[in-house]
Amino acid sequence: MALQSLDIKQRSATTTPAPQARQTVEIAKLIDVSACIGCKACQVACSEWNDIRDEVGNCHGVYDNPMDLSADSWTVMRYTEVEQNNKLEWLIRKDGCMHCSDPGCLKACPSPGAIIQYSNGIVDFHQENCIGCGYCVTGCPFNVPRISQKDSKAYKCTLCSDRVAVNQAPACAKACPTGAIQFGSKEDMKDYASKRITDLKERGYEKAGLYDPEGVGGTHVMYVLHHADKPDLYAGLPANPSISALVSIWKGFTKPLATLALAGIALGSLFHYVTKGPNEVSKEIEDEIEAEDKEAAK
Amino acid sequence: MIRDPKDLKRYEANERANHWVVGISFILLALSGLAFFHPAFFPLTQLFGGPVWARIIHPFLGVLMALSFLGLYVKFKHLNKMTPADHEWLSKAKNMVDGNDHDMPEQGKYNGGQKVMFWALAICMLLMTVSGILIWRAYFGFDITLVRLGAVVHAAAGAVMIGLIMVHVYAAIWVKGTIRAMWYGTVTRAWAKQHHRGWYRQVTGK
Repeated sequence: MALQSLDIKQRSATTTPAPQARQTVEIAKLIDVSACIGCKACQVACSEWNDIRDEVGNCHGVYDNPMDLSADSWTVMRYTEVEQNNKLEWLIRKDGCMHCSDPGCLKACPSPGAIIQYSNGIVDFHQENCIGCGYCVTGCPFNVPRISQKDSKAYKCTLCSDRVAVNQAPACAKACPTGAIQFGSKEDMKDYASKRITDLKERGYEKAGLYDPEGVGGTHVMYVLHHADKPDLYAGLPANPSISALVSIWKGFTKPLATLALAGIALGSLFHYVTKGPNEVSKEIEDEIEAEDKEAAK
Repeated sequence: MIRDPKDLKRYEANERANHWVVGISFILLALSGLAFFHPAFFPLTQLFGGPVWARIIHPFLGVLMALSFLGLYVKFKHLNKMTPADHEWLSKAKNMVDGNDHDMPEQGKYNGGQKVMFWALAICMLLMTVSGILIWRAYFGFDITLVRLGAVVHAAAGAVMIGLIMVHVYAAIWVKGTIRAMWYGTVTRAWAKQHHRGWYRQVTGK
């Protein structure tokens, strides 16, 4: 939910610029996958702080619980068992909104102000303006937004915009017992990540690296991955996410062009009428019919 | 109602009613659809009781239009088969638009332009219906690539269809004596003789 204490950078379905005078520091949440123990304190803290309670589901025989994101579960731990370097590895990734710099959800949204991007980088859903069309789901390269079955509004992680606005870290970062979730300026988070990556490399994870994908202009939720060359290992984290070309065509320059074309047809018709005049039945044919009638009357 | 007993019947009452069900649903769909097409048109959602209602109502109107258009399609498709005379008419359409219709080839109930309009609308209707179902999130959940494709096709076919209907409406306004065929079903003999001489001969036996 949006807060007025944060400055807005971009607003969905709005074609004029947002106020730009105030420049705030870009923030980021850094999730160090290598330090995560999968305790789910972050999931609990998220539902606590945001007052969301998902329905108690069933055990599917795996650690994932709930199995997927929902309108009431804005973050979930995804557990994957993989073999790397002849060792079994248990990869645990905290999934949720990545807060892209170039957000596909915002680009796709048709409702003015239903999705906003703050100048600090947080992408937030403003549910009172949400119309429930699901275009955000269509636009998202990470499959994150969920439409509620109860109220047909779209929900996802807010990066605790309400907490960040009063200089508090997101609830998940606050609750994490191992320091796997760090929060601060994007700059600081990158510095912190580089230290972690150096450490991981020294421990034999040659391909350790930062996940801050360029295709979406970078994200405001970043991961430290031990296998940054294979993000797909981490429950299908996309290697090169970007807004789908179909979404770009759908929401790009084509619509203003189509609007102009339609206006052209309307104006063209009007000017055709006033320059060429109406197409009326010719006097000649009317006279022919009249003559036939007279002939028949005789 | 026949104003002059010698007027020619062009449309039956059920055909007219069917046309206007399609027409009304199209107008409502175009207005609500444009609202989601570009932010400039978003205020149109107020005509439907607000943006959420517009989102809820739009697809149901779409179902109504698809079904009622199917009625028109079945009734009129045999009258819209393209013939060599239609191709000739189309090649001379520019003269017609310039206001010179003296050397246009003789046309049956529909001219080449009307037939092209019929088939173009039929294709658009099909595309709109299929893509509309793909993006109807309240009731369906298709693969994301299909949904994205559906969104592009729906917007594109919708824009084309609005353009086609503008031409359709303008043609009816431009050719005087036409609109009454869809209001009360008849046209004058002179109108038929001038614009659809083949049909005129067929119904009058002259």
